[in-house]
This record gives sequence, structure tokens and C-alpha cells, in this order.
Amino acid sequence: MTPALEISHLHKSFAGTKAVDDLSLTIEPGEIFGLLGPNGAGKSTTINMISGVCRIDQGTVRIFGHDAVRDYRTTRRLVGVMHQEIVIDHFFTIDRALKIHAGYYGVPGDKGWRELLIERLGLGPHLNKSMIKLSGGLKRRFMVAKALIHKPQLLILDEPTAGVDVELRRALWQFVREMNRAGTTVLLTTHYLEEAEQMCGRIAIMNGGRLAALERTSDLLARLEGRTMLLHLDSPLDQVPAELAAWHGQLEQQGRLLRLSLPGDLAMGEVLQLLARLELSIRDMELPRPGLEEVFLELTGLQLKENKGSLP
Amino acid sequence: MIDRLRQQQRFVAWLPFVTLLQKEIRRFLKVAFQTLLTPIVTASLYLFVFGATLGQRISVLEGFSYAQFVIPGLILMGVINNSFANTSSSLFISRYLGNIVDLLVTPLTPPQFILAYTLAAMLRGLLVGGVVLLISCFFAQLPFASPWLAVAMAAMASFLFAQFGLIAAIYANNFDGLSMYNNFLILPLIYLGGVFYPISILPPFWARLSHFNPMLYLIDGFRHAILGVGDLSLATAFGVSGLMAAALFVWAAALLGRGYRLRL
Repeated sequence: MTPALEISHLHKSFAGTKAVDDLSLTIEPGEIFGLLGPNGAGKSTTINMISGVCRIDQGTVRIFGHDAVRDYRTTRRLVGVMHQEIVIDHFFTIDRALKIHAGYYGVPGDKGWRELLIERLGLGPHLNKSMIKLSGGLKRRFMVAKALIHKPQLLILDEPTAGVDVELRRALWQFVREMNRAGTTVLLTTHYLEEAEQMCGRIAIMNGGRLAALERTSDLLARLEGRTMLLHLDSPLDQVPAELAAWHGQLEQQGRLLRLSLPGDLAMGEVLQLLARLELSIRDMELPRPGLEEVFLELTGLQLKENKGSLP
Repeated sequence: MIDRLRQQQRFVAWLPFVTLLQKEIRRFLKVAFQTLLTPIVTASLYLFVFGATLGQRISVLEGFSYAQFVIPGLILMGVINNSFANTSSSLFISRYLGNIVDLLVTPLTPPQFILAYTLAAMLRGLLVGGVVLLISCFFAQLPFASPWLAVAMAAMASFLFAQFGLIAAIYANNFDGLSMYNNFLILPLIYLGGVFYPISILPPFWARLSHFNPMLYLIDGFRHAILGVGDLSLATAFGVSGLMAAALFVWAAALLGRGYRLRL
């Protein structure tokens, strides 16, 4: 099957600084693919090269088999892109701007599809408002509609939920899933790793313009060696029992929480037996599932901000 | 309902161009006070000052009143200024606000891009010029010696300055830089290019120097087509203007073709 997107040895530099360095990846039709990385990793530059905003220094981008440079008139019709920054033309209303965008893509407009977009994105009551009068959330909703108005086969969402309230975020992901089920391939970047974990079948992690990992989301999560065990204690401990030193036992919350880092190949039965022997007053036990955050941090060598699940 | 996604839409090759052209026209009509009315009022004031007041006491061309002499130059000044203003402001604002990416991601071709911006700018320039011409009828009767040549020269001037506007919008780094083109290049060249006086009345050195002013060929050619007399032959005026228009078109096309300062 022809890949939806095939990037081969892509390079891009700005004033001598490499933004994208020998990037190669393939996205199959029907995938929801996540492209993650810290700020400056080269995600947006890659997206800009795919969509035509950026010139390609070296390498090729093929969209459904068509070269994005030589056959740009075809590829740009196949791609719908929602940019990270809010990009609107203040001169027009939402209604007019949507008509203009359909026209830019050479499609007179499918009335039913347009109405569906307006309804699903909650733009109906605001159709005749000037862009300049819209709230930030409404501008984002309009940008989604704009990216979809020509029914692209490859939808690119660059940080679509940045600065968006929970309700819209949920509605947006629901809509993206529906579109994906209807056949649209999705490439998304997000700072919210939880979202990527839930949405994407495969994930590529970029760092410093290069590809740091490209795997199925489940394989990426399985990369983490070891597990964390949290023991909530009824009677606080003054110090970690010597028997637990090998598992890097740490006391928190005035000795009421014991954190253990277990090796990946350690049998859980062995752990439970030792805990029983120690006769600790265990009220509750947690085995937090390792998240994409940990994988991401391991691969990029970064630290998460206090706001859990959000990248610096 | 989501199944509508699977119904492919028919691609109309000329639609991106027509859409951009319509959008550009709507853009200047939306702010018509600024884009149409203001230049018309300015030109009307010139007409009043030079036609109805000062013009009664000045004569620079034998057989014609000063109003008759100055009106073709004022019409063309409106055409030039507004054609330049339309492309330069529209493209620069798009660059400045970042919404140029809306065009860069579409299947628009560079020729469609240039043509749409140019035709909208020409329409604005010629609209202003046309209204100034109508108002001028209150101040003087013009002979219209070669009306079609006059229309052709106005169209060529608007085309030329639409291209120059595109070029300026691409090179300008900020609004200040963009206004420099108008205030320190176009305006002086227009004023020194024979709008208000024929170069034949200048001392020989300044008259010769004026031949390096590109505006001279446009203004004199337009006036020659309307009044039937001019400092230059019609062939020279049209020939030089045509070459300048072609050169600027090639320049603008080269910049837009490779997305210079537009695509990152």
C-alpha cells in the first residue's frame, strides 16, 4: 500500500543551525501518528516542510506517493494543516473565511460537510462575527474547520490543544478519532504526552532535529525497565528497612509512603514474600503504570515541568 | 454524517486563482474609506487647487489650460499610488500577521498568486483613476486624443506598480521600511516626473536628468494620449514603460516563484 507520508533523509537548516537533521519516517494510511519532542526539536519545521510553508534543503517528502515539491498542486490538496500559531485573516467573518479556504483548495464546497464542521466545532452562533472579535478558543476551532474544509486525506495537527479548554480538547479528539475511522490519516504533535499515549498508534520522538525513537506506542512504553511500587503505611517508618535497600527504597510523607524501584526482571511474588516477612503495616499498594513521559525523558534527557504531562 | 468525508470533491483548477482575486478585491472594498475614498478626496483637492484656483494663473503648455495639463498627471498619480498600495500593504500585512501560510499551503501556483494580487491592485488603481477623471470633468474639458492608448498606459502603470508593490512587500522588514518606498521613492519620482510641469520648461541639465526618472515615461505617455501632445513620442513612452513593466514582472515572479522571504 502506498504510504500516506514518506519522509526520506530530510534536512533543514536556518542560518547554519540544523533544525531537521536526516529525518526519515513513514506513516501508513489510516494511522494516527504522534510526533513528539521538546521545543526546538524540529517538529514544526518538519510539518512546515510537508505542508509547503518551508523549503526543503535536502531529502524528499512524498504524500500518498506524490512528491511534495514536484507535484505540490496534488499534495497540498491531500493535506490539511492546523498550525501551532493562531493564523487568521482579520478582514473576514468565519463564514466568508471558510468559503475562501475551500476556494483556495479548488473545491466549490460540500455544503453538508461544511455544515457538519460548523456544528461539530460549535461555530454556528459565530459565523457572521469578524475574526478579530473571536475568543482564543473560537479562533482555534475555526482553524480546525479551515484545515478540514477541503476534506484532506492527511490531517496535520500541530499542537492543536495548546491553550484550549478541557471541553474543546475532548470534543476535538473525539472528532479526530471519528475522522480517522472514516479514513483520514492523522499526524499530530502535542505537548500533552497523555493525549499522544491515548490517541496515537505509533509515535516518533524527535530531539535536536533528529529522530530519537519511532515505535508503536505500546513498544515505546515497554522500553522502560523496572517498575515503581508505592506502599502506603499505617505506621510511619523512621528508616527504610535494610532488606529493601537493594530496591532503592525511599520514604516520603513523613515515613507513611515507601517508594520502591523494582528491577524489570524481578518476580512480583518474591517482592510480596519479602514484604510479608518484614511485617510492614501496609494499608494500600500502588504499581503506577509507566507513562510516555518517562520514555520521553529517558530519550531526550529532559525534565518535566511541575505540571504533570506537559513538556517544557 | 462523517461519511461525507468519503465523498470526494471535484477539483476546479482555476478556482484557487479566482478565490484569491475575489478575496483581494473584497479586502480593499471592505476598507473602501481608506482605499478608495481617501485617494479620491486627495486627488479632488489637487484638482481644486491646481484647476480652479492657482491653475487660472499658470500656463505651461501652449494651447492648454494648466488644469488640462495637470489632470492626466493627477489621474495617473492616483492609479500608481493605489496599485502600489494595494499589493504592498496586502502582501506585507499577510507576512506580518503570519496568515501568508494560508496561501503557502494551498495548490495556488506562483503565476496565479501574482496575477490575482496584480489584477486586484490594477482594479483599485483604475477605479481611483476613473473617479478622479470623472471629477476632473468639473474643472476642464479634455480632448482625449487617443483614448485607448490612454487606457492602455493607465493599465500598464497600474500593472507596473502592482509588481513594485509585491517586490516592496517582500523586501520590507517592517511598516516603516514599507512606507519608505512610498515616501522616499514613489512620491519624489512622481512629483519630479512631470505631473505638475512639462520637462521642456526645465533647464537643459535637469531636463536631461529627468529622462532617468521612470515616472516621466508613464506620465508623459498618458498625457500625450489624452492631450495629443507630450515631451516624448508615444512610441518612446510606451516602449520604455513596457520594458520597465516587463522587468519588474520578471523580478516579482522570480521572488514569488521561489518563495523568497515568504517560505521559510
